[in-house]
Amino acid sequence: MANWDQELDASGLNCPLPILRAKKALAGMQSGQVLRIIATDPGSVKDFEAFAKQTGHELLESKEEGGKFHFLIKKA
Amino acid sequence: MSDEQKKLAIIATKGTLDWAYPPFILASTAAALGYECQIFFTFYGLNLLKKKLNLKVSSLGNPGMPMPMGMDKWFPVLFQALPGMEAMMSAMMKAKMKAKGVASVEELRTMCQEADVKLIACQMTVDLFDMDPSQFIDGIEFGGAATFFEFAGESDICLFI
Repeated sequence: MANWDQELDASGLNCPLPILRAKKALAGMQSGQVLRIIATDPGSVKDFEAFAKQTGHELLESKEEGGKFHFLIKKA
Repeated sequence: MSDEQKKLAIIATKGTLDWAYPPFILASTAAALGYECQIFFTFYGLNLLKKKLNLKVSSLGNPGMPMPMGMDKWFPVLFQALPGMEAMMSAMMKAKMKAKGVASVEELRTMCQEADVKLIACQMTVDLFDMDPSQFIDGIEFGGAATFFEFAGESDICLFI
């Protein structure tokens, strides 16, 4: 069972908004906390990988479910 | 990250709706990735700093622009020069962007400012076109080429848009 501390629904938003909203949400969170993001932009799959790689936050999960993309990111 | 912070320097020279996007998208995203960013607005790029944005897009001289109903294939270029065409195409483009969840230029610009992207207006252009500095948004700086190089010289990525 996945667990997260905060959720961000970025459905319907296009590049670069999901990343920018995620960055904002993570800024208000504690280190080690997990943010769940839901997006519909197919480009966000690669973008969140790149985001995690460059910011040091950990991408715990990335999956497609019911036409939406779900991500779990753990704040560094 | 902060001790070895990467830097992105952008020169924004264009003042149309389509060309307004790259500088603000790239700078806001780079800022989210931890970059320190600066955009230097010169010539028509200064349009992007106005409080009241009235950005337009034109199909004239822009044969690559997709248009509805394949108009880019059959609609005579001369007709595209008719009064009202530019306003119509700009409105259509804005509606399309909204429908597809693409942020507005204003929204991206605000995000850049919130992320401490430094926005610099070219003083020479402001003087050249007798622009009123009060028509620009708050929080910008005015400078010249040397100001740009002070940051650009240290940058990891430098783009001319």
